[in-house]
Amino acid sequence: MKFGVVRFPGSCDDDDALHAAARVGDAVMLWHRDRDLQGVDAVIVPGGFSYGDYLRAGAIARFAPVMEEVAEFALAGGLVLGICNGFQVLCEAGLLPGALLPNASLRFVCRQVSLSVVDADSPFTSRCEPGDRLSIPVKHTTGRYYAPGPVRVLLRYAPGENPNGSQDDIAGVCNEQGNIFGLMPHPEHAVDPLTGSDDGLAIFESMRACVAGGVGA
Amino acid sequence: MPAASGPDASAAPADAALRHRALGLTDHEYELIVARLEREPNDVELAMLSLMWSEHCGYKHSRKLLRRLPTAGPYVLLGPGENAGAVDVGDGLAVAFKVESHNHPSAVEPFQGAATGVGGILRDVFAVGARPIAVLDSLRFGEPGSERSRYLLEHAVAGIGHYGNSIGVPTIGGEVYFEPSYEHNCLVNAMCLGLAPRERLIRAAAAGPGNVLVLLGALTGRDGIGGASVLASAELGEADAAKRPSVQIGDPFAEKKLLECCLELLESELLVSLQDLGAAGLTSAASEMASKGGVGLDLDISRVPLREPGMEPFEIMVSESQERMLCVVAPDYVGRVLEVCERWETLATPIGLVTDSGRLRVLSAGGVAGDLPVGVLVDDCPAYDLVPIAPDSPLYAPPAPALAGDESPAALLLALLASPNICSRRPVFEQYDWIVQSRTVRRPEQADAAVLALPDGSAIAVAIDGNGRRVACDPRAGAAEAVYECAANLACVGAEPLGLTNCLNFGNPEKPAVAWQLTEAVEGIAQACEALGVPVVGGNVSLYNEGPGGPIFPTPVIGMVGKLPDATRAGRLAFAREGDAIALAGRFEPSLTGSELARLRGLPATGGLAPVTASAVRDAHEAVRIAVRNEALQNAHDVSEGGLAVALAECCIAGSIGASVALPAGLDPFGEAPGRAFVVSGSEAALAGFQIIGRVGGVELEISAGARSQGASAGAETTGAGGSEITAGAPLLKVAVCELRAAWEQGLSDLR
Amino acid sequence: MRARVLVRPKQGILDPQGQAVERALPALGFAGVRNVHVGRLIELDVEDPAQLPKMCERLLVNPLIEDYQIVEPADDSIGRSAGAQLPGPGGGGGG
Repeated sequence: MKFGVVRFPGSCDDDDALHAAARVGDAVMLWHRDRDLQGVDAVIVPGGFSYGDYLRAGAIARFAPVMEEVAEFALAGGLVLGICNGFQVLCEAGLLPGALLPNASLRFVCRQVSLSVVDADSPFTSRCEPGDRLSIPVKHTTGRYYAPGPVRVLLRYAPGENPNGSQDDIAGVCNEQGNIFGLMPHPEHAVDPLTGSDDGLAIFESMRACVAGGVGA
Repeated sequence: MPAASGPDASAAPADAALRHRALGLTDHEYELIVARLEREPNDVELAMLSLMWSEHCGYKHSRKLLRRLPTAGPYVLLGPGENAGAVDVGDGLAVAFKVESHNHPSAVEPFQGAATGVGGILRDVFAVGARPIAVLDSLRFGEPGSERSRYLLEHAVAGIGHYGNSIGVPTIGGEVYFEPSYEHNCLVNAMCLGLAPRERLIRAAAAGPGNVLVLLGALTGRDGIGGASVLASAELGEADAAKRPSVQIGDPFAEKKLLECCLELLESELLVSLQDLGAAGLTSAASEMASKGGVGLDLDISRVPLREPGMEPFEIMVSESQERMLCVVAPDYVGRVLEVCERWETLATPIGLVTDSGRLRVLSAGGVAGDLPVGVLVDDCPAYDLVPIAPDSPLYAPPAPALAGDESPAALLLALLASPNICSRRPVFEQYDWIVQSRTVRRPEQADAAVLALPDGSAIAVAIDGNGRRVACDPRAGAAEAVYECAANLACVGAEPLGLTNCLNFGNPEKPAVAWQLTEAVEGIAQACEALGVPVVGGNVSLYNEGPGGPIFPTPVIGMVGKLPDATRAGRLAFAREGDAIALAGRFEPSLTGSELARLRGLPATGGLAPVTASAVRDAHEAVRIAVRNEALQNAHDVSEGGLAVALAECCIAGSIGASVALPAGLDPFGEAPGRAFVVSGSEAALAGFQIIGRVGGVELEISAGARSQGASAGAETTGAGGSEITAGAPLLKVAVCELRAAWEQGLSDLR
Repeated sequence: MRARVLVRPKQGILDPQGQAVERALPALGFAGVRNVHVGRLIELDVEDPAQLPKMCERLLVNPLIEDYQIVEPADDSIGRSAGAQLPGPGGGGGG
């Protein structure tokens, strides 16, 4: 299982994603200017402040050369995981529906939150059961999910845990086919009890199981 | 600022007498310059000298005093004088760290002042070759009832968060204090830690005549022109609004690219030396590099990429535009350096050469704009003796009382927990990313020190502490306490101190009373460092923090870094298990002088503080450190603000569990003696050797007054086969833990 | 040719910045203020103003959550207040 982690200028959680993925498979860095996806089985678009969040979070990153390849990879059914800023990039690129708006509190919030698994029938949550609770940290200023149309929700913030006012307490959504997943919480920061919880591993392990099983969504 | 006169060094304007004064130089200092140069300096040279000889850059009033601080230690790799200090943490790694102030800019524009303060200290750390891995901040404002203080707090916190979060460096700890003394002079001190393989540490000294000077990073604009000499060396008056255009604007995205670029350049061994541009911009960076290396520099400022058109030579030399570094590169490597920079979208421009002239020459399109011996910029800056005289009357008005005076002990405890200097800082630290880089083993409020994992399974711990009120009471003892408290915080997580950095925030040192405070405080820090064997590896001084009411509390801020062998055994703050015994470790003789309770009662900051018996403190720290490392303790928490009652309450709140405690005889529950005593809990067998005072359990915190334990003298350890060993005295307070938590959580609610 | 694009949150979307400003003004003594929205101004010199709508749709604006208005260069009704300091990247407000 080979993960590819995209690095933009301004990505912060790229190394963290690399190390988290490396616990589950092989992991390589994909530089934003390169078009070579190095034969990876899954792409992770990580958290951070790509291009300084200038204009709008993710607005400039979505046009990076690597993202054109990632879009093709995704349209062909490849697994793509967008975390926080990565989620913003995928929405700006139109690979996921909706958009991320400023937190209702207008403040950056870094907090361990409890998530509820809504849909365990996806390559990203297959190792979970519906209703499972995952303890995973969030850290963002612009995480309020908004989508006027129908969306396929994989994760919600547990009751009382919504840190940003997102509609329907949505924490993470995937596309209809189920191969592209975006979430605001950071599973790569929940892979080691030493630094918090390891509930985030389930997401990476689900992805590996999907690739190993040879099936798509 | 006077208009630049161009390269003609002989022009002497008719108002020569006022020229230097407008730039903050005294007549005597100007005479020294003229004597040294054997001529009058031209405008460019005068601008450069006025900054290098400012208090902020030249440390005129503190340099002699700082020699008192001990700087040698077995783990020291870089000491004072470099961009940051560094200690060996084993496994071939070094941790570089430093604390710096950005007080005056933050008072003028708190968001950008605090943000660029973080930016500056980050650059100091990666300038020595270390990757920044953590930031801590120490903030002080006036009373929270003051709208201005709430405004400063909110925007300073937002600015720190903005910069640190954007650049991907976790902010893992800090402190916030509110005192009337800081109403007109807020304090924003930022500390940064970085990690590097030992052999990647680099010094700032320029070397190798013929080598090329390359300027990296952002364009040069008019940011901060006049900043260092105008702001940092002068007391703030009522005309602050006029200083607004001098504020530097930070760009963390630019710094992120600059940081990665510099680290790659160092990894590839392409640089001879590296220096960041901070206060006084190109002037100080170039002067310091040349001075340390004993070389000269020729700077061609017509090559400096500018953000604004038509900048004068003096403006280019003193601009404080952020996110810039200066490096020295062998001519053969310049091409590769430019390639790496292009990859990281970082501007890189050769702007000069290292020479053996011993002179700093500024060349512009018009010729030689300035030509000074490096020595006159750095070594010849005068160092003044302080004239310390202890004040014969109190310097600080007492605070307004916040208590009626008839409160029960329970009410006092709740009042202390809700008070601004003790209550939960969650509204502040939730605005910081404390997990990026995946090293954070102990997050804010989990333990007394932040803990970061190292690759080999060990960990480093870091704490930042200061208490202006107590230093105001007794500068020598109060300053020493700050050092002891930092070390105590490290002991709580099982860490042994390796080195210390300090920021000395004081008033006008030309006033004898302030000179006395500074002298006494430095002596106190030195003595505590010597007693603990902890060297000072670097620091910063911020003077002239004076408002209409006089100087601020003398506020030395100490940042300390330590190491523990096993990250999985890092200590915690919370009581954990029903039935655990609770003990008081360390010789604890608290008093109310300088305490938070005294402050709430409206008492003045006067009175001597109990001296510390260094050997007793060392022994207590070691006992706790060893017990934590052996996993003998469920928790360890040092007793500081609010005394033992507050410390116990904090352990209960963190663990969501109650406790019942009998105080040792005669012990004031709210008396303070920081750095000396700890609340620890664990099995009775594990606590053998400590003084057992109670038991964890239930849903309330119950404290009874000290009574003698049966058959033993007060203070001695007791044993027993289960059950409470100490006969409870009169009940003092009994409060539900949820009520304690409610009071503690609400304190900074204005910030929500 | 100097053009200006005004970008504002789409009608109906929660605008907490606008709400914060709307709450702050009365506290400072300014009465009778309603319906506050906070957006962005993009200024640019363009050789071909006909390209502006496409620029907006493609990069400058997120049409899902934002509305925009192109202000013709001739319509210079947006003045600059004397002494105003435009914030740098990150601004003086939120993160």
